[in-house]
Amino acid sequence: MRLTQGTFSFLPDLTDGQIRAQIEYCLQNGWAISLEHTDDPHPRNAYWEMFGMPMFDLKDAAGIMAEVNICRKTFPNHYVKLNAFDSAPGRESLRLSFIVNRPAKEPGFGLAR
Amino acid sequence: MSAPENPPLDLETLYRDSHVREALEALDRELVGLAPVKTRVREIAALLLVEKLRSSLALETGAPSLHMCFSGNPGTGKTTVAMRMAALLHGLGYARKGHLVAVTRDDLVGQYIGHTAPRTREVLKRAMGGVLFIDEAYYLCRPENERDYGQEAIEILLQVMENQRDDLVVILAGYKDRMDRFFASNPGLASRIAHHIDFPDYTPEELHAIARLMLEGMQYRLSPDAEVALREYIALRRTQPHFANARSIRNALDRARLRHASRLFGRRGTGLTREDLITLEPEDIRASRVFRNQPGGLPREPGA
Repeated sequence: MRLTQGTFSFLPDLTDGQIRAQIEYCLQNGWAISLEHTDDPHPRNAYWEMFGMPMFDLKDAAGIMAEVNICRKTFPNHYVKLNAFDSAPGRESLRLSFIVNRPAKEPGFGLAR
Repeated sequence: MSAPENPPLDLETLYRDSHVREALEALDRELVGLAPVKTRVREIAALLLVEKLRSSLALETGAPSLHMCFSGNPGTGKTTVAMRMAALLHGLGYARKGHLVAVTRDDLVGQYIGHTAPRTREVLKRAMGGVLFIDEAYYLCRPENERDYGQEAIEILLQVMENQRDDLVVILAGYKDRMDRFFASNPGLASRIAHHIDFPDYTPEELHAIARLMLEGMQYRLSPDAEVALREYIALRRTQPHFANARSIRNALDRARLRHASRLFGRRGTGLTREDLITLEPEDIRASRVFRNQPGGLPREPGA
């Protein structure tokens, strides 16, 4: 079952070039980017594991792309998402969040009602 | 191979369209002396422009290695030139963002095991797309302490310098002799740095010109007598210990402004003109410690 969570999740997976362009857009807006990963994509699981600290004060996407690739290499069978946090007063919340890595085989999850 | 008719290539247009010209002219105008440095900067700019032209003809262009080492005595303009270099590389399209991240050992090396690598990587990430300026780089390596974490930072640095050459330019800076010793104990680092640039000391005339430029920037001017006093001051200060070239001049001018202000404050009953506010008089300079026990000096009032 293909997980649909976050922005762009109904589109085909973004290529690295597209991810990079999205990161550039985030950085232009002054948002801080962080990476999170999990093996349990259940919607109730709101807290994914952080991968490293959130990255503040970055100017260029190259550093974040490197981090994304390290995370993918470390957890090839986890979901990895990239979050962009806007610290502007009155907003102070995530502005963009999308999946940048998914396991080859997605088992999905069960919903017990 | 058939020889196709080559259209003439227009390096001049490329030069004009990139912002290199302004950057180079600003370098000439705003930095006094430093002839070898300017020559090398111009050479690098020329190389990058020609590479751009070559790539437009689909000729082989290896991304040139632009990591640099600036060595020279204190106050010879290493940081200032690094800042200019970032802007220049941005104009040439080599550095995507053209910002400068200035760090020292403390920003790169951690306090305990496992602290160094994330710290160094974070700094490197911040510098991506621009220039990483490591001041007093020789402090990174402390050969006398075998458990020093500096070596770890150097190894990460080397890896990124080699693999992500298009993403950032690393500039190491420091005093000449210590830099040489640092490179001798880190041959891997020395061989990965293409440009070793030496910053010469300034001559007295150059220091005088620097002082004028600084005063112009601060909207002050020297009275003719003060010009003479400044010239004498520079000659004396150069012979004294802890002379830091342009930095000493800046400090001297700051102190002269202080004395100028307190002199004006002392006669606050009388009317002041615009001239008074912008003109430094010889006594502002001659009250300096440098002139103590010198024929041209003024007696120093206590506490000043």
